[in-house]
Amino acid sequence: MGALRSILVRDLTIAMRRKADVLTVLFFFIIVVSLFPLGIGPEADTLRTIAPGVMWVAALLASMLSLGRLFYNDYMDGTLEQMLIAPQPLGLLVMGKIIAHWLLSGVPLVLITPLLGLQYDLSADALLVLVAALLLGTPILSFLGAIGAALTLGLRGGGALVSLLVLPLYIPVLVFGAGAVDATVSGLGAEAHLALLGAGLLLSLVLAPWATAAALRIAFE
Amino acid sequence: MLSVQALACERGDKKLFDNLSFEVEAGHALHVHGPNGAGKTTLLRALCGLVAPAAGRICWDGEDIHDLREDYFRKVSYFGHLNALKDELTGLENVVLGLGLAGHAVEEAAVSEMLARLGVEICQDLPVKVLSQGQKKRVALARIMLAGTPLWILDEPFTALDVHAVDVLSRMIVEHVTNGGMAVLTTHQDVGLDLSQVRHIHLGKRG
Amino acid sequence: MSINWFKYSSPASFYPLAGSMIPWFTAAAVLFGLVGLYVSFFVAPLADWQQGQSYKIMFIHVPAAWMSMFIYVVMAFWAIVGMIFKTRLSFMMGSALAPTGAIFAFLGLWTGALWGKPTWGTYWVWDARLTSQLILFFLYIGYIALASAIEDPRRADRATGLLAIVGVVNVPIIYFSVKWWSTLHQGSSINFNPAGADQRALSMTDSMFVAMLLMTFCFWCYTIAVALYRVRCEMVEREKNNDWVQDLVKSGDA
Repeated sequence: MGALRSILVRDLTIAMRRKADVLTVLFFFIIVVSLFPLGIGPEADTLRTIAPGVMWVAALLASMLSLGRLFYNDYMDGTLEQMLIAPQPLGLLVMGKIIAHWLLSGVPLVLITPLLGLQYDLSADALLVLVAALLLGTPILSFLGAIGAALTLGLRGGGALVSLLVLPLYIPVLVFGAGAVDATVSGLGAEAHLALLGAGLLLSLVLAPWATAAALRIAFE
Repeated sequence: MLSVQALACERGDKKLFDNLSFEVEAGHALHVHGPNGAGKTTLLRALCGLVAPAAGRICWDGEDIHDLREDYFRKVSYFGHLNALKDELTGLENVVLGLGLAGHAVEEAAVSEMLARLGVEICQDLPVKVLSQGQKKRVALARIMLAGTPLWILDEPFTALDVHAVDVLSRMIVEHVTNGGMAVLTTHQDVGLDLSQVRHIHLGKRG
Repeated sequence: MSINWFKYSSPASFYPLAGSMIPWFTAAAVLFGLVGLYVSFFVAPLADWQQGQSYKIMFIHVPAAWMSMFIYVVMAFWAIVGMIFKTRLSFMMGSALAPTGAIFAFLGLWTGALWGKPTWGTYWVWDARLTSQLILFFLYIGYIALASAIEDPRRADRATGLLAIVGVVNVPIIYFSVKWWSTLHQGSSINFNPAGADQRALSMTDSMFVAMLLMTFCFWCYTIAVALYRVRCEMVEREKNNDWVQDLVKSGDA
């Protein structure tokens, strides 16, 4: 557990000293979300309908964008190989990296979403569900994305490649995340969607660090 | 005790060495010699479990290190070509968090003392990105020294160090080995390790 | 009776075995294909007046869609075998299947679109099965892209193997989510003629079933033949420095 804490402290401290990385992803999210009304038109009805999908797709892309630096810096400066030969299970260290990644790339998106929701004329109920869904869904994106980031570590064209690997795996998160908001708006209630997202989160929490650790070992050997 | 039996390693399609056997007992050092490309780094990486050998076994106290995994990693410190330092963190933070990752808790005072011994006490509160190559190397070495592991695997630890630092480091290695530790190292520099228990192997010799 | 299966997991002994199997599977594929097409076009009855002959693309479409799903599972199976027994051949089998799987997934989509036009009046509807097929196609593309991005064959084997395993764990989840999605959005996004939708649920006659089965066997044999052929190429390429490949080259057999 000490190792998990060390990795969290380390990654968060580094991020605090290099805020640009965090802010770039956040602004990417904001800009993508703001582009859609320009492409589609400003009618409030249309915007309300597409809002959940737009926000989720933007969150998917933003999370994807930040995957590049999940392991790459550690790979380049040699800290990753030290993690591979640390006396802690690699899965545990990877879990720390992923949690830090989510805190730095997922949580800011969740926090800014209510503000962006106003642009799309979302009701308070819908916003609340959207935030809840993002809160449950964005960590899944980090967990699944970590597998892709580890598989493509150090490869040429890694950024585009990782999106080919990971985006299809993100589809259930998109479906249940955006569906949760739709369900609230149409009066069906979002409990089922949120429960499924929660189940997905548990599943990825258990399986993804292990798969990521295996992928990292493959990348090194 | 580290023992290597009939080890073979390859890089890509190229066979670097094969049928290599040796042992390193407590209180002994192993100096690996060889020209560039002979496989010294690969051998050292294989010894710490980063590279899977093409054939042969690497054992710690008689058990294969690929079975021991974490139990073996607890005994080893590896110092490679990369310093494993974070540019944004200070020297002190790097050592403390680096050791924390490996599960070693360490007092800040001990870190300061070690940095001072290595002659880089001014690096303690400076971010690593402003340090010189030699200073970075010494901060990274401080982490190895403080980990308290019996086996040190050091790949070219002396490059970029000044004469004084080379002297300090070689004395620390000697001290570690005479106290019952083990060290496997490569170096191109002519560093006289003042040790009776040092064994030499030469890689990449024809015939 | 005990056969030493592991003997055939070594490339040197598998290479000639694969070579002798390829002509048989090729011949079987051609035979099944010809008979299957004959039955589907000349024996299987016409559907009702609205669909006419057009439904007969089903005899390509359905087996292709089956194969594309099945091949992905087989790839994951070989990956698991390779991870457990550390046999290079298993990984090679997995990656040799991927292009064929991708082709079948694409064929499934293409024939689905062609079938959709006369029945639904549109080439594409976001129906659960078509959408899942599309996602499966994406998974194949990701697999192939990863395989071609890694130069070291050892890393490529194991990385793509892991990806196949992760994919196969996710496929049911993806399929479930897409199904869920399509039932929720039935009213709004799929507005084709509901009568046309029902027409796809044809009642199968015996001859239709036979035709479908024959085409499936044809695709099976084709897949095996092509995969073996790719494995042989890959083996020679990878083991070009080994004695057995050198011997092959000398004897002019490769």
